[in-house]
Amino acid sequence: MTKVLKGSRLRRRNAWIGLLFTSPWIVGFLVFTLLPLINGVLYSLNSVTIKPQGVELTWAGLKFYDHAMNVSTTYKLHLGSSAMMICCATPVVIVFSLVIAVLLNRKFAGRSFFRTVLFMPVIIMSGPVISSLLTGYTVDFTEDGSQIMQLLSSLPSFISSPCVFVLENLVLIFWFSGVQIVIFLAGLQKISPSIYEAADIDGASGWEKFWKITLPHIAPLALICTIYTVVDISNYSENAVNVDISENLFNTSMMYSLSAAMSWIYFAMVMLILAVVYFLFWLMGRRDKA
Amino acid sequence: MTAPKVKRLASRMKKRHILAHILVYFILIGLSFVYLYPILYMVVNSLFSPADLTDPSVSWIPTEWYFQNYVEAFQTLDFTYSFTNSIILSLVPALLQTMVTAIVGFGLARFQFPCKKLLFIVILATFLLPSQVMMVPRYVLFDSYHLTNTVWVQFLPALFGQGVKSAIFILVFYQYFSSYPKALDEAAEIDGAGKVRLFLKIALPMASGAVVLSLLFSFVWYWNETYQSNIMFGSVIQTLPLRLQSFTLQYEAIYGADAAGSISESVVLAGTVLSVLPILLLYVLLQRQFVESIEQAGITGE
Repeated sequence: MTKVLKGSRLRRRNAWIGLLFTSPWIVGFLVFTLLPLINGVLYSLNSVTIKPQGVELTWAGLKFYDHAMNVSTTYKLHLGSSAMMICCATPVVIVFSLVIAVLLNRKFAGRSFFRTVLFMPVIIMSGPVISSLLTGYTVDFTEDGSQIMQLLSSLPSFISSPCVFVLENLVLIFWFSGVQIVIFLAGLQKISPSIYEAADIDGASGWEKFWKITLPHIAPLALICTIYTVVDISNYSENAVNVDISENLFNTSMMYSLSAAMSWIYFAMVMLILAVVYFLFWLMGRRDKA
Repeated sequence: MTAPKVKRLASRMKKRHILAHILVYFILIGLSFVYLYPILYMVVNSLFSPADLTDPSVSWIPTEWYFQNYVEAFQTLDFTYSFTNSIILSLVPALLQTMVTAIVGFGLARFQFPCKKLLFIVILATFLLPSQVMMVPRYVLFDSYHLTNTVWVQFLPALFGQGVKSAIFILVFYQYFSSYPKALDEAAEIDGAGKVRLFLKIALPMASGAVVLSLLFSFVWYWNETYQSNIMFGSVIQTLPLRLQSFTLQYEAIYGADAAGSISESVVLAGTVLSVLPILLLYVLLQRQFVESIEQAGITGE
Protein backbone atom coordinates (compact mmCIF):
# COMPACT_ATOMS: atom_id res chain seq x y z
CA MET A 1 0.00 0.00 0.00
CA THR A 2 2.69 2.46 0.97
CA LYS A 3 4.62 1.56 -2.13
CA VAL A 4 1.66 2.44 -4.39
CA LEU A 5 1.30 5.77 -2.65
CA LYS A 6 5.00 6.41 -3.06
CA GLY A 7 4.67 5.60 -6.78
CA SER A 8 1.87 8.06 -7.29
CA ARG A 9 3.69 10.74 -5.34
CA LEU A 10 6.78 10.16 -7.43
CA ARG A 11 4.66 10.47 -10.54
CA ARG A 12 3.24 13.73 -9.34
CA ARG A 13 6.70 15.04 -8.52
CA ASN A 14 7.91 14.06 -11.97
CA ALA A 15 4.93 15.76 -13.55
CA TRP A 16 5.87 18.99 -11.80
CA ILE A 17 9.49 18.70 -12.90
CA GLY A 18 8.34 18.07 -16.45
CA LEU A 19 6.19 21.17 -16.34
CA LEU A 20 9.14 23.09 -14.93
CA PHE A 21 11.29 22.07 -17.86
CA THR A 22 8.65 23.14 -20.36
CA SER A 23 7.70 26.28 -18.47
CA PRO A 24 10.01 28.65 -20.39
CA TRP A 25 8.11 27.81 -23.52
CA ILE A 26 4.71 28.10 -21.85
CA VAL A 27 5.57 31.53 -20.42
CA GLY A 28 7.01 32.63 -23.76
CA PHE A 29 3.98 31.38 -25.58
CA LEU A 30 1.61 33.34 -23.34
CA VAL A 31 3.62 36.56 -23.51
CA PHE A 32 5.12 36.59 -27.00
CA THR A 33 2.58 34.60 -28.98
CA LEU A 34 -0.87 34.28 -27.42
CA LEU A 35 -1.11 37.84 -26.08
CA PRO A 36 0.07 39.40 -29.37
CA LEU A 37 -2.29 37.10 -31.23
CA ILE A 38 -5.29 38.34 -29.25
CA ASN A 39 -4.07 41.92 -29.57
CA GLY A 40 -3.64 41.38 -33.28
CA VAL A 41 -7.31 40.49 -33.62
CA LEU A 42 -8.26 43.53 -31.54
CA TYR A 43 -6.08 45.90 -33.58
CA SER A 44 -7.66 44.69 -36.78
CA LEU A 45 -11.17 45.37 -35.45
CA ASN A 46 -10.45 48.67 -33.69
CA SER A 47 -8.92 52.00 -34.57
CA VAL A 48 -5.70 52.42 -32.69
CA THR A 49 -4.59 55.75 -31.28
CA ILE A 50 -1.38 56.16 -29.37
CA LYS A 51 -1.83 57.95 -26.06
CA PRO A 52 0.87 58.66 -23.47
CA GLN A 53 -0.70 56.04 -21.17
CA GLY A 54 -0.71 53.41 -23.92
CA VAL A 55 -2.74 52.44 -26.94
CA GLU A 56 -6.42 53.33 -27.10
CA LEU A 57 -8.88 51.25 -29.10
CA THR A 58 -12.16 52.41 -30.59
CA TRP A 59 -14.42 49.84 -32.17
CA ALA A 60 -14.39 49.92 -35.95
CA GLY A 61 -15.88 46.57 -36.90
CA LEU A 62 -14.78 45.16 -40.22
CA LYS A 63 -13.83 48.57 -41.61
CA PHE A 64 -10.16 47.70 -42.09
CA TYR A 65 -10.87 44.35 -43.67
CA ASP A 66 -13.17 46.16 -46.06
CA HIS A 67 -10.48 48.73 -46.74
CA ALA A 68 -7.88 46.06 -47.46
CA MET A 69 -10.10 44.15 -49.83
CA ASN A 70 -12.11 46.90 -51.53
CA VAL A 71 -10.34 50.24 -51.17
CA SER A 72 -6.67 49.29 -51.41
CA THR A 73 -5.92 48.96 -55.09
CA THR A 74 -3.01 46.61 -54.92
CA TYR A 75 -3.70 44.34 -51.96
CA LYS A 76 -6.15 42.03 -53.72
CA LEU A 77 -3.80 41.68 -56.70
CA HIS A 78 -0.89 40.84 -54.42
CA LEU A 79 -3.04 38.35 -52.56
CA GLY A 80 -3.83 36.66 -55.84
CA SER A 81 -0.23 36.51 -56.95
CA SER A 82 0.85 35.13 -53.58
CA ALA A 83 -1.80 32.41 -53.80
CA MET A 84 -0.60 31.65 -57.30
CA MET A 85 2.99 31.47 -56.07
CA ILE A 86 2.12 29.14 -53.20
CA CYS A 87 -0.12 26.83 -55.23
CA CYS A 88 2.15 26.59 -58.27
CA ALA A 89 5.51 26.55 -56.56
CA THR A 90 4.77 24.01 -53.83
CA PRO A 91 4.23 20.97 -56.08
CA VAL A 92 7.31 21.93 -58.10
CA VAL A 93 9.40 22.27 -54.95
CA ILE A 94 8.23 18.91 -53.60
CA VAL A 95 8.85 16.98 -56.82
CA PHE A 96 12.13 18.77 -57.45
CA SER A 97 13.51 18.19 -53.97
CA LEU A 98 12.39 14.56 -53.99
CA VAL A 99 14.21 13.96 -57.28
CA ILE A 100 17.33 15.68 -56.00
CA ALA A 101 17.21 13.73 -52.75
CA VAL A 102 16.90 10.42 -54.61
CA LEU A 103 19.79 11.34 -56.87
CA LEU A 104 21.97 12.47 -53.98
CA ASN A 105 21.20 9.30 -52.07
CA ARG A 106 23.17 7.23 -54.62
CA LYS A 107 26.86 6.62 -54.28
CA PHE A 108 28.94 8.28 -56.97
CA ALA A 109 32.10 10.32 -57.38
CA GLY A 110 31.59 13.99 -56.62
CA ARG A 111 28.58 13.36 -54.43
CA SER A 112 29.78 15.68 -51.69
CA PHE A 113 30.38 18.49 -54.17
CA PHE A 114 26.84 18.30 -55.51
CA ARG A 115 25.48 18.01 -52.01
CA THR A 116 27.29 21.18 -51.01
CA VAL A 117 25.94 23.06 -54.00
CA LEU A 118 22.39 21.81 -53.73
CA PHE A 119 22.11 22.49 -49.99
CA MET A 120 23.19 26.07 -50.59
CA PRO A 121 19.65 27.50 -50.63
CA VAL A 122 19.36 26.54 -46.96
CA ILE A 123 22.17 28.97 -46.25
CA ILE A 124 21.50 31.88 -48.56
CA MET A 125 17.71 31.97 -48.47
CA SER A 126 17.43 35.57 -47.41
CA GLY A 127 15.08 38.00 -49.09
CA PRO A 128 17.41 40.88 -49.99
CA VAL A 129 20.21 38.61 -51.17
CA ILE A 130 17.97 36.47 -53.34
CA SER A 131 16.23 39.44 -54.86
CA SER A 132 19.53 41.06 -55.73
CA LEU A 133 20.89 37.73 -57.00
CA LEU A 134 17.95 36.99 -59.20
CA THR A 135 17.14 40.34 -60.77
CA GLY A 136 18.07 39.84 -64.36
CA TYR A 137 20.92 37.40 -63.94
CA THR A 138 18.95 34.20 -64.33
CA VAL A 139 18.21 31.81 -67.11
CA ASP A 140 15.12 32.97 -68.97
CA PHE A 141 12.77 30.19 -69.99
CA THR A 142 9.95 32.38 -71.19
CA GLU A 143 11.35 34.18 -74.20
CA ASP A 144 8.63 34.98 -76.70
CA GLY A 145 8.53 32.56 -79.58
CA SER A 146 10.47 29.80 -77.85
CA GLN A 147 9.23 26.27 -78.39
CA ILE A 148 7.84 25.95 -74.89
CA MET A 149 5.95 29.20 -75.07
CA GLN A 150 4.44 28.30 -78.43
CA LEU A 151 3.29 24.98 -77.07
CA LEU A 152 1.85 26.61 -73.95
CA SER A 153 0.01 29.35 -75.79
CA SER A 154 -1.89 26.75 -77.74
CA LEU A 155 -3.28 25.32 -74.50
CA PRO A 156 -6.30 26.71 -72.63
CA SER A 157 -5.34 29.45 -70.21
CA PHE A 158 -6.17 27.58 -67.00
CA ILE A 159 -3.41 25.13 -67.91
CA SER A 160 -0.98 27.48 -69.56
CA SER A 161 -1.00 30.34 -67.07
CA PRO A 162 0.27 28.28 -64.11
CA CYS A 163 2.89 26.76 -66.40
CA VAL A 164 4.08 30.14 -67.60
CA PHE A 165 4.11 31.36 -64.01
CA VAL A 166 6.24 28.43 -62.91
CA LEU A 167 8.65 28.94 -65.79
CA GLU A 168 8.95 32.64 -65.08
CA ASN A 169 9.76 31.99 -61.45
CA LEU A 170 11.53 28.68 -61.82
CA VAL A 171 14.85 29.79 -60.45
CA LEU A 172 13.25 31.48 -57.45
CA ILE A 173 11.22 28.32 -56.85
CA PHE A 174 14.39 26.24 -56.90
CA TRP A 175 15.83 28.47 -54.20
CA PHE A 176 12.96 27.51 -51.93
CA SER A 177 13.86 23.83 -51.92
CA GLY A 178 16.86 23.59 -49.62
CA VAL A 179 15.37 22.29 -46.40
CA GLN A 180 13.02 19.96 -48.26
CA ILE A 181 15.92 18.22 -50.01
CA VAL A 182 17.51 17.81 -46.60
CA ILE A 183 14.36 16.33 -45.04
CA PHE A 184 13.82 13.90 -47.91
CA LEU A 185 17.45 12.83 -47.91
CA ALA A 186 17.38 12.14 -44.18
CA GLY A 187 14.24 10.06 -44.74
CA LEU A 188 15.77 8.11 -47.61
CA GLN A 189 18.75 7.15 -45.53
CA LYS A 190 16.47 5.64 -42.91
CA ILE A 191 15.11 3.04 -45.36
CA SER A 192 16.85 -0.22 -44.62
CA PRO A 193 19.03 -1.41 -47.52
CA SER A 194 17.84 -4.98 -46.93
CA ILE A 195 14.44 -4.10 -48.38
CA TYR A 196 16.12 -3.06 -51.61
CA GLU A 197 18.26 -6.18 -51.59
CA ALA A 198 15.16 -8.35 -51.23
CA ALA A 199 13.56 -6.50 -54.13
CA ASP A 200 16.72 -7.01 -56.21
CA ILE A 201 16.55 -10.75 -55.62
CA ASP A 202 12.93 -10.74 -56.73
CA GLY A 203 14.09 -9.00 -59.90
CA ALA A 204 12.50 -5.58 -59.35
CA SER A 205 13.62 -2.77 -61.66
CA GLY A 206 14.81 0.57 -60.35
CA TRP A 207 11.58 2.16 -61.47
CA GLU A 208 9.50 -0.41 -59.55
CA LYS A 209 11.68 -0.04 -56.50
CA PHE A 210 11.12 3.71 -56.52
CA TRP A 211 7.33 3.44 -56.66
CA LYS A 212 6.91 0.40 -54.43
CA ILE A 213 9.56 0.99 -51.77
CA THR A 214 10.98 4.49 -51.77
CA LEU A 215 7.79 6.47 -52.25
CA PRO A 216 5.63 4.72 -49.61
CA HIS A 217 8.47 5.10 -47.11
CA ILE A 218 8.84 8.82 -47.50
CA ALA A 219 5.20 9.68 -48.17
CA PRO A 220 4.71 10.92 -44.59
CA LEU A 221 7.67 13.26 -45.10
CA ALA A 222 6.02 14.68 -48.19
CA LEU A 223 3.24 16.08 -46.04
CA ILE A 224 5.77 17.70 -43.70
CA CYS A 225 7.69 19.13 -46.64
CA THR A 226 4.53 20.46 -48.23
CA ILE A 227 3.47 22.22 -45.05
CA TYR A 228 6.98 23.59 -44.62
CA THR A 229 7.05 24.83 -48.21
CA VAL A 230 3.69 26.58 -47.98
CA VAL A 231 4.69 28.28 -44.73
CA ASP A 232 8.13 29.19 -46.06
CA ILE A 233 6.89 30.69 -49.31
CA SER A 234 4.13 32.61 -47.59
CA ASN A 235 6.65 34.07 -45.13
CA TYR A 236 9.13 35.12 -47.81
CA SER A 237 10.05 38.68 -46.94
CA GLU A 238 9.99 40.01 -50.52
CA ASN A 239 6.51 38.63 -51.05
CA ALA A 240 4.21 41.44 -52.23
CA VAL A 241 1.63 40.87 -49.49
CA ASN A 242 4.29 40.91 -46.79
CA VAL A 243 5.66 44.15 -48.18
CA ASP A 244 2.12 45.59 -48.13
CA ILE A 245 1.73 44.61 -44.50
CA SER A 246 4.99 46.14 -43.35
CA GLU A 247 4.49 49.29 -45.41
CA ASN A 248 1.06 49.96 -43.94
CA LEU A 249 2.17 49.47 -40.35
CA PHE A 250 2.63 53.18 -39.75
CA ASN A 251 -0.11 54.28 -42.10
CA THR A 252 -1.10 57.48 -40.29
CA SER A 253 -4.86 57.24 -40.63
CA MET A 254 -5.03 53.52 -39.92
CA MET A 255 -2.10 52.94 -37.56
CA TYR A 256 -1.45 49.22 -37.07
CA SER A 257 -5.05 48.31 -37.89
CA LEU A 258 -4.82 48.04 -41.65
CA SER A 259 -1.67 45.95 -41.40
CA ALA A 260 -3.27 43.68 -38.83
CA ALA A 261 -6.37 43.22 -40.98
CA MET A 262 -4.23 42.51 -44.04
CA SER A 263 -2.17 39.97 -42.15
CA TRP A 264 -5.27 38.15 -40.92
CA ILE A 265 -6.75 37.96 -44.41
CA TYR A 266 -3.47 36.59 -45.69
CA PHE A 267 -3.22 34.16 -42.78
CA ALA A 268 -6.75 32.89 -43.49
CA MET A 269 -5.81 32.32 -47.11
CA VAL A 270 -2.65 30.40 -46.22
CA MET A 271 -4.54 28.30 -43.68
CA LEU A 272 -7.15 27.51 -46.33
CA ILE A 273 -4.42 26.32 -48.68
CA LEU A 274 -2.93 24.20 -45.88
CA ALA A 275 -6.35 22.69 -45.17
CA VAL A 276 -6.69 21.75 -48.85
CA VAL A 277 -3.18 20.24 -48.78
CA TYR A 278 -4.04 18.22 -45.71
CA PHE A 279 -7.31 17.05 -47.27
CA LEU A 280 -5.50 15.95 -50.45
CA PHE A 281 -2.95 13.95 -48.48
CA TRP A 282 -5.75 12.42 -46.41
CA LEU A 283 -7.53 11.39 -49.62
CA MET A 284 -4.36 9.87 -51.03
CA GLY A 285 -3.69 8.00 -47.78
CA ARG A 286 -7.22 6.57 -47.80
CA ARG A 287 -6.95 5.47 -51.40
CA ASP A 288 -3.68 3.70 -50.68
CA LYS A 289 -5.21 1.82 -47.78
CA ALA A 290 -8.27 0.74 -49.76
CA MET B 1 21.83 -20.33 -66.44
CA THR B 2 24.81 -21.01 -68.63
CA ALA B 3 28.02 -19.10 -68.25
CA PRO B 4 27.82 -16.99 -71.45
CA LYS B 5 24.26 -16.06 -70.65
CA VAL B 6 25.25 -14.73 -67.25
CA LYS B 7 28.12 -12.82 -68.82
CA ARG B 8 25.81 -11.24 -71.38
CA LEU B 9 23.32 -10.27 -68.69
CA ALA B 10 26.10 -8.80 -66.58
CA SER B 11 27.46 -6.72 -69.43
CA ARG B 12 23.99 -5.50 -70.31
CA MET B 13 23.42 -4.45 -66.72
CA LYS B 14 26.78 -2.70 -66.66
CA LYS B 15 25.92 -0.76 -69.79
CA ARG B 16 22.62 0.32 -68.27
CA HIS B 17 24.44 1.28 -65.13
CA ILE B 18 26.82 3.55 -67.00
CA LEU B 19 23.97 5.16 -68.90
CA ALA B 20 22.11 5.82 -65.66
CA HIS B 21 25.26 7.35 -64.20
CA ILE B 22 25.67 9.69 -67.15
CA LEU B 23 22.04 10.75 -66.85
CA VAL B 24 22.41 11.46 -63.14
CA TYR B 25 25.51 13.57 -63.72
CA PHE B 26 23.76 15.40 -66.52
CA ILE B 27 20.82 16.34 -64.28
CA LEU B 28 22.99 17.24 -61.30
CA ILE B 29 25.37 19.40 -63.30
CA GLY B 30 22.43 21.17 -64.92
CA LEU B 31 20.82 21.89 -61.58
CA SER B 32 24.06 22.94 -59.93
CA PHE B 33 24.44 25.38 -62.78
CA VAL B 34 21.09 26.96 -61.91
CA TYR B 35 22.37 27.69 -58.40
CA LEU B 36 25.94 28.51 -59.26
CA TYR B 37 25.26 30.73 -62.24
CA PRO B 38 23.91 33.71 -60.29
CA ILE B 39 26.75 33.38 -57.80
CA LEU B 40 29.43 33.16 -60.46
CA TYR B 41 27.84 36.04 -62.30
CA MET B 42 27.82 38.05 -59.11
CA VAL B 43 31.45 37.38 -58.25
CA VAL B 44 32.77 38.02 -61.75
CA ASN B 45 30.70 41.10 -62.43
CA SER B 46 31.55 42.62 -59.08
CA LEU B 47 35.13 42.86 -60.39
CA PHE B 48 34.22 44.73 -63.57
CA SER B 49 35.49 48.26 -63.92
CA PRO B 50 32.98 50.80 -65.29
CA ALA B 51 34.71 50.55 -68.67
CA ASP B 52 34.34 46.77 -68.74
CA LEU B 53 30.67 47.01 -67.86
CA THR B 54 29.82 49.16 -70.84
CA ASP B 55 32.12 47.31 -73.23
CA PRO B 56 29.97 44.67 -74.97
CA SER B 57 33.04 42.64 -75.93
CA VAL B 58 33.83 41.97 -72.28
CA SER B 59 31.77 39.32 -70.60
CA TRP B 60 32.71 36.84 -67.89
CA ILE B 61 36.42 37.71 -67.88
CA PRO B 62 37.22 41.24 -66.69
CA THR B 63 40.16 42.97 -68.36
CA GLU B 64 41.60 43.91 -64.98
CA TRP B 65 40.92 43.10 -61.33
CA TYR B 66 38.97 46.15 -60.32
CA PHE B 67 38.67 46.21 -56.54
CA GLN B 68 37.39 49.77 -56.28
CA ASN B 69 33.84 48.32 -56.32
CA TYR B 70 34.61 46.45 -53.13
CA VAL B 71 36.05 49.52 -51.48
CA GLU B 72 32.87 51.44 -52.25
CA ALA B 73 30.62 48.54 -51.27
CA PHE B 74 32.56 48.05 -48.04
CA GLN B 75 31.96 51.67 -47.10
CA THR B 76 28.35 51.66 -48.24
CA LEU B 77 27.57 48.59 -46.19
CA ASP B 78 29.53 50.06 -43.29
CA PHE B 79 30.85 46.54 -43.21
CA THR B 80 32.64 46.19 -39.87
CA TYR B 81 29.71 47.79 -38.03
CA SER B 82 26.91 45.85 -39.70
CA PHE B 83 28.95 42.65 -39.71
CA THR B 84 29.39 42.89 -35.93
CA ASN B 85 25.66 43.54 -35.58
CA SER B 86 24.85 40.55 -37.72
CA ILE B 87 27.13 38.32 -35.69
CA ILE B 88 25.70 39.44 -32.36
CA LEU B 89 22.11 39.27 -33.58
CA SER B 90 22.59 35.76 -34.95
CA LEU B 91 24.93 34.15 -32.45
CA VAL B 92 23.20 35.16 -29.22
CA PRO B 93 19.67 34.19 -30.32
CA ALA B 94 21.08 30.94 -31.74
CA LEU B 95 22.64 30.09 -28.37
CA LEU B 96 19.53 31.07 -26.42
CA GLN B 97 17.24 29.23 -28.79
CA THR B 98 19.32 26.05 -28.64
CA MET B 99 19.45 26.15 -24.86
CA VAL B 100 15.73 26.66 -24.38
CA THR B 101 14.51 24.28 -27.07
CA ALA B 102 16.77 21.58 -25.61
CA ILE B 103 15.32 22.10 -22.13
CA VAL B 104 11.74 22.10 -23.41
CA GLY B 105 12.37 19.10 -25.65
CA PHE B 106 13.80 17.23 -22.64
CA GLY B 107 10.77 18.09 -20.53
CA LEU B 108 8.43 16.82 -23.23
CA ALA B 109 10.35 13.66 -23.96
CA ARG B 110 11.22 12.37 -20.49
CA PHE B 111 8.28 13.35 -18.29
CA GLN B 112 4.60 12.56 -18.18
CA PHE B 113 2.27 15.34 -17.16
CA PRO B 114 -1.34 16.31 -17.80
CA CYS B 115 -2.14 18.07 -21.09
CA LYS B 116 1.23 17.10 -22.54
CA LYS B 117 -0.32 16.10 -25.82
CA LEU B 118 -2.17 19.40 -26.07
CA LEU B 119 1.02 21.28 -25.31
CA PHE B 120 2.81 19.37 -28.04
CA ILE B 121 0.11 20.18 -30.58
CA VAL B 122 0.20 23.86 -29.63
CA ILE B 123 3.99 23.92 -30.03
CA LEU B 124 3.75 22.43 -33.50
CA ALA B 125 0.88 24.77 -34.37
CA THR B 126 2.99 27.83 -33.58
CA PHE B 127 5.16 26.88 -36.54
CA LEU B 128 2.22 27.69 -38.78
CA LEU B 129 1.82 31.18 -37.33
CA PRO B 130 3.41 33.42 -39.93
CA SER B 131 5.71 36.22 -38.89
CA GLN B 132 3.55 38.84 -40.58
CA VAL B 133 0.60 38.06 -38.29
CA MET B 134 2.79 38.32 -35.21
CA MET B 135 4.66 41.38 -36.36
CA VAL B 136 2.12 44.15 -35.74
CA PRO B 137 1.09 43.16 -32.21
CA ARG B 138 4.63 42.21 -31.24
CA TYR B 139 5.82 45.60 -32.41
CA VAL B 140 3.21 47.28 -30.22
CA LEU B 141 4.14 45.01 -27.31
CA PHE B 142 7.84 45.81 -27.55
CA ASP B 143 7.15 49.45 -28.23
CA SER B 144 5.06 49.79 -25.06
CA TYR B 145 8.08 48.65 -23.06
CA HIS B 146 10.42 50.83 -25.14
CA LEU B 147 12.27 47.80 -26.38
CA THR B 148 12.04 48.47 -30.10
CA ASN B 149 15.38 49.43 -31.66
CA THR B 150 17.14 47.30 -29.06
CA VAL B 151 18.58 43.82 -29.37
CA TRP B 152 15.99 42.50 -26.89
CA VAL B 153 13.48 42.28 -29.70
CA GLN B 154 15.39 39.27 -30.99
CA PHE B 155 16.80 38.00 -27.70
CA LEU B 156 13.65 37.80 -25.57
CA PRO B 157 11.48 35.64 -27.87
CA ALA B 158 14.48 33.36 -28.47
CA LEU B 159 15.03 33.05 -24.71
CA PHE B 160 11.43 31.90 -24.27
CA GLY B 161 11.30 29.51 -27.18
CA GLN B 162 9.35 31.80 -29.49
CA GLY B 163 12.21 32.58 -31.85
CA VAL B 164 12.64 31.85 -35.54
CA LYS B 165 11.24 28.37 -36.23
CA SER B 166 11.68 27.31 -32.58
CA ALA B 167 9.06 24.59 -32.98
CA ILE B 168 11.30 22.68 -35.38
CA PHE B 169 14.16 22.58 -32.90
CA ILE B 170 11.88 21.50 -30.04
CA LEU B 171 10.69 18.67 -32.26
CA VAL B 172 14.25 17.65 -33.15
CA PHE B 173 15.34 17.66 -29.50
CA TYR B 174 12.19 15.80 -28.52
CA GLN B 175 13.01 13.06 -30.97
CA TYR B 176 16.60 12.80 -29.79
CA PHE B 177 15.63 12.68 -26.13
CA SER B 178 12.88 10.11 -26.58
CA SER B 179 15.17 7.75 -28.45
CA TYR B 180 17.48 6.65 -25.61
CA PRO B 181 16.41 4.01 -23.07
CA LYS B 182 14.78 4.95 -19.78
CA ALA B 183 17.09 2.56 -17.94
CA LEU B 184 19.94 5.05 -18.34
CA ASP B 185 17.97 7.69 -16.46
CA GLU B 186 17.06 5.23 -13.75
CA ALA B 187 20.65 4.07 -13.32
CA ALA B 188 21.81 7.65 -12.92
CA GLU B 189 19.03 8.40 -10.45
CA ILE B 190 19.97 5.43 -8.34
CA ASP B 191 23.46 6.90 -8.26
CA GLY B 192 21.88 10.04 -6.86
CA ALA B 193 21.81 12.31 -9.89
CA GLY B 194 19.03 14.91 -9.99
CA LYS B 195 17.01 15.76 -13.07
CA VAL B 196 19.19 18.72 -13.96
CA ARG B 197 22.36 16.63 -13.73
CA LEU B 198 20.61 13.98 -15.78
CA PHE B 199 19.84 16.52 -18.46
CA LEU B 200 23.33 18.03 -18.52
CA LYS B 201 25.42 14.88 -18.13
CA ILE B 202 23.44 12.20 -19.95
CA ALA B 203 20.77 13.61 -22.22
CA LEU B 204 22.62 16.58 -23.68
CA PRO B 205 25.82 14.75 -24.69
CA MET B 206 23.67 12.15 -26.40
CA ALA B 207 21.92 14.85 -28.37
CA SER B 208 25.09 16.53 -29.60
CA GLY B 209 23.85 16.16 -33.18
CA ALA B 210 20.71 18.08 -32.33
CA VAL B 211 22.76 20.77 -30.59
CA VAL B 212 24.92 21.26 -33.67
CA LEU B 213 21.88 21.29 -35.93
CA SER B 214 20.04 23.76 -33.77
CA LEU B 215 23.05 26.08 -33.42
CA LEU B 216 23.90 26.12 -37.11
CA PHE B 217 20.38 26.50 -38.43
CA SER B 218 19.36 29.05 -35.82
CA PHE B 219 22.44 31.07 -36.67
CA VAL B 220 21.73 30.97 -40.39
CA TRP B 221 18.03 31.67 -40.04
CA TYR B 222 18.63 34.57 -37.69
CA TRP B 223 21.30 35.91 -40.02
CA ASN B 224 18.85 35.88 -42.90
CA GLU B 225 15.90 37.21 -40.94
CA THR B 226 15.01 40.61 -42.31
CA TYR B 227 11.24 40.90 -42.22
CA GLN B 228 10.75 41.44 -38.49
CA SER B 229 14.06 43.13 -37.82
CA ASN B 230 13.47 45.63 -40.60
CA ILE B 231 10.46 46.96 -38.67
CA MET B 232 11.66 46.34 -35.13
CA PHE B 233 15.07 47.97 -35.55
CA GLY B 234 13.95 50.82 -37.79
CA SER B 235 17.27 52.13 -38.99
CA VAL B 236 18.92 52.08 -35.58
CA ILE B 237 20.45 48.62 -35.76
CA GLN B 238 21.54 47.50 -39.18
CA THR B 239 22.58 44.00 -40.04
CA LEU B 240 24.31 43.08 -43.28
CA PRO B 241 21.18 41.91 -45.12
CA LEU B 242 19.24 44.97 -43.94
CA ARG B 243 22.00 47.23 -45.13
CA LEU B 244 21.98 45.47 -48.46
CA GLN B 245 18.24 46.03 -48.72
CA SER B 246 18.76 49.78 -48.62
CA PHE B 247 22.03 49.72 -50.54
CA THR B 248 21.21 52.42 -53.11
CA LEU B 249 19.93 54.76 -50.43
CA GLN B 250 23.07 54.30 -48.33
CA TYR B 251 25.21 54.83 -51.40
CA GLU B 252 23.44 58.10 -52.04
CA ALA B 253 24.09 59.22 -48.48
CA ILE B 254 27.83 58.65 -48.92
CA TYR B 255 28.56 59.52 -52.51
CA GLY B 256 25.75 61.98 -53.25
CA ALA B 257 22.64 61.81 -55.41
CA ASP B 258 24.52 62.20 -58.71
CA ALA B 259 26.72 59.20 -58.10
CA ALA B 260 23.79 57.16 -56.81
CA GLY B 261 21.78 57.91 -59.94
CA SER B 262 24.43 56.17 -61.99
CA ILE B 263 25.44 53.60 -59.38
CA SER B 264 27.31 50.89 -61.14
CA GLU B 265 25.79 47.45 -61.12
CA SER B 266 29.15 46.10 -60.11
CA VAL B 267 29.13 47.99 -56.83
CA VAL B 268 25.74 46.54 -55.90
CA LEU B 269 27.02 43.08 -56.77
CA ALA B 270 30.14 43.63 -54.70
CA GLY B 271 27.85 44.55 -51.82
CA THR B 272 25.89 41.35 -52.32
CA VAL B 273 29.10 39.32 -52.35
CA LEU B 274 30.20 40.95 -49.12
CA SER B 275 26.92 40.23 -47.37
CA VAL B 276 26.80 36.60 -48.48
CA LEU B 277 30.48 35.88 -47.94
CA PRO B 278 30.50 35.37 -44.15
CA ILE B 279 27.67 32.86 -44.21
CA LEU B 280 29.04 31.14 -47.30
CA LEU B 281 32.44 30.79 -45.63
CA LEU B 282 30.79 29.37 -42.53
CA TYR B 283 28.98 26.88 -44.72
CA VAL B 284 32.08 25.79 -46.60
CA LEU B 285 34.01 25.40 -43.35
CA LEU B 286 31.31 23.57 -41.44
CA GLN B 287 29.68 21.79 -44.32
CA ARG B 288 30.38 18.36 -42.94
CA GLN B 289 28.77 19.26 -39.61
CA PHE B 290 25.78 20.69 -41.44
CA VAL B 291 25.21 17.58 -43.47
CA GLU B 292 25.92 15.12 -40.67
CA SER B 293 23.72 16.87 -38.15
CA ILE B 294 20.88 16.73 -40.65
CA GLU B 295 21.41 13.10 -41.49
CA GLN B 296 21.45 12.17 -37.81
CA ALA B 297 18.46 14.28 -36.92
CA GLY B 298 15.98 11.94 -38.50
CA ILE B 299 13.01 14.20 -38.86
CA THR B 300 10.32 11.59 -39.30
CA GLY B 301 6.74 11.79 -40.31
CA GLU B 302 5.10 10.60 -37.10
